[in-house]
Amino acid sequence: MRHIFFSALLISTLLGCESIDPRILDTTTSQSQLGVRQVQTRVFDTSDKERTLRSVIATLQDLNFVIDKADLSLGTVSATKLDGYALRMTVSVRGRGEGQMVVRANAQLNTNPITDPAPYQAFFMALERAMFLAAHSVD
Amino acid sequence: MRFLKPFYLTVLCCLAGCASGIAREALTLQAEALQQRRLQTRRFETVDEERLLSAALDVLQDLGFAVDEATPQLGVLVVSKNRDADSTGEIVGSFIIGAVSDSEVIYNVEQKIRASVVTRVVKNRHSTLRVTFQRTVWNNRGEISDNESIDDPAVYQEFFSKLSKAVFLRAQELQTL
Repeated sequence: MRHIFFSALLISTLLGCESIDPRILDTTTSQSQLGVRQVQTRVFDTSDKERTLRSVIATLQDLNFVIDKADLSLGTVSATKLDGYALRMTVSVRGRGEGQMVVRANAQLNTNPITDPAPYQAFFMALERAMFLAAHSVD
Repeated sequence: MRFLKPFYLTVLCCLAGCASGIAREALTLQAEALQQRRLQTRRFETVDEERLLSAALDVLQDLGFAVDEATPQLGVLVVSKNRDADSTGEIVGSFIIGAVSDSEVIYNVEQKIRASVVTRVVKNRHSTLRVTFQRTVWNNRGEISDNESIDDPAVYQEFFSKLSKAVFLRAQELQTL
């Protein structure tokens, strides 16, 4: 009985000592938070939030996504593409200054976050075509 | 053990590279995107987006879908439904293979079909409506056995044929009011 008590105490102590799962906050990704944000963000010279969001939705549909959610006041669109994998993407749009919109996209493929720049470059190229506007990198 | 380490590292690098490669391809506009857009889009002679979305909702409800999300300010409607995924032929085939090979019988049991409908007013003259369907299939072990976009032209033609009638009926209703 005493052994069981000590074992339970030892296990609970060990569990208590264990640090948080790094996947919860993605603290193990090699890039810095600022680096990831730069890769995922572009600026468009327009003050029209609704037009930007509608262009994001049209781009996602062109890329064969099905929309999950869209919110005009918050400026977010989430969508999922299924093709033997599940690619989930959230795009947010917010105004900056007088005449600019900041668009940020982040994607996960099945259970992996996408941090590589190339997929985001491809997405923003497609969005540029739908917006008829050039995308600038964030300063 | 020492020589196994590089092997595991190579496998991990490949997996990470693959994820990025798949994502890059998935987010690149493909040559068939235009054809796909044509298949999934129709033009309607109205600038009343809400009425168009409402007619689409009528049709989707006729087809057994339930609404997950509706954002008329952006012309978005998201629906889904769960249905059986078993086909008798597939189950019989699986049982025969299972009996011959003495392996576990695996067959599809359930599927979730999702669709998003997006409307857009063009040049304040007419509207377009685009619908996209996709589905996830689960087998009898509760695993995802398939997830895919639904590209069958017949599905889209059938949907738009029903939608045209619904929009026409809505227009008729308005005229008689």
